[in-house]
Amino acid sequence: MKWIAGLVLATVAVAAYADGGRINVPANATWKEECGSCHIAYPPQLLTAGNWRQLMSGLDRHFGSNASLGAGERQEITGFLERYAARSDRYAASSLRISDTSWFRREHREVSSRTWSDPEVGSRSNCTACHVNAERGDWSEHGIRVPGGRFEDDDD
Amino acid sequence: MNSGKFFIGLFCLAIAGTAQAETPATLMDGYARDAMQSTPNFAPSAKRGQHFFARDWGVSRKMPSCQSCHGNDLTRNGKHVITGKRIAPLSPKVNAKRFTSLSKAEKWFGRNCKEVVGRECTAAEKADLIKFFSNPGVKS
Repeated sequence: MKWIAGLVLATVAVAAYADGGRINVPANATWKEECGSCHIAYPPQLLTAGNWRQLMSGLDRHFGSNASLGAGERQEITGFLERYAARSDRYAASSLRISDTSWFRREHREVSSRTWSDPEVGSRSNCTACHVNAERGDWSEHGIRVPGGRFEDDDD
Repeated sequence: MNSGKFFIGLFCLAIAGTAQAETPATLMDGYARDAMQSTPNFAPSAKRGQHFFARDWGVSRKMPSCQSCHGNDLTRNGKHVITGKRIAPLSPKVNAKRFTSLSKAEKWFGRNCKEVVGRECTAAEKADLIKFFSNPGVKS
């Protein structure tokens, strides 16, 4: 019986990529705690390993904030991010911002500039402003609540 | 589960329990003891802590003061000024998890003091802040 449970777990782990509105992230308490304090812990699958490595080596100047970590935690988290990182250039950005990857831009092409500047959104880093269940791994369109109810790009 | 495993589990829980024995009071006392090495008659002051917390340090444009993210009522949620993420209340009065780990307190003082104040906070300042957080009293 145990080997079946093991097989199921292994399958879930292998299926750790963005698909059907779910992003399954293997449990890692250190990542969740350290990367999920100021913003939600962004799934490793949303940036390439090279991008993650570069980002993790400059945490004292993390997009204008000091997010420095102890060496042990930094190594553990870097290893975790690399292991589950995206393998496609669609998830790469020289700015190291997930919101600058071509994948992100395409996924959000229908979001109007008015929505982006809504005070409840404020920043592209604020995923849960619209993806209300994102912290539970649910990024599906059913789980989207756009502040002000606007979604389609319009000019009025 | 056999009894051997049970006792190993119980033992681990006991170890974890002792590692988490810090409280806001013990953390504050520890910082106060450090402060007394240079200021022998030092005593933590909630009023000084409150002043420090509300002060505009003029270092960070988006985060000029502690209140920029933690708000001015420590018994309520704050909001990260850049990302918009909810920050749980800072006061141990309403949030029992606060100031129960020295390493966690040091990590956040380390980051946030450099960010907002532009330098490390002193042990005296940390003791004042914890005193204030534990007795937020009036809104400022």
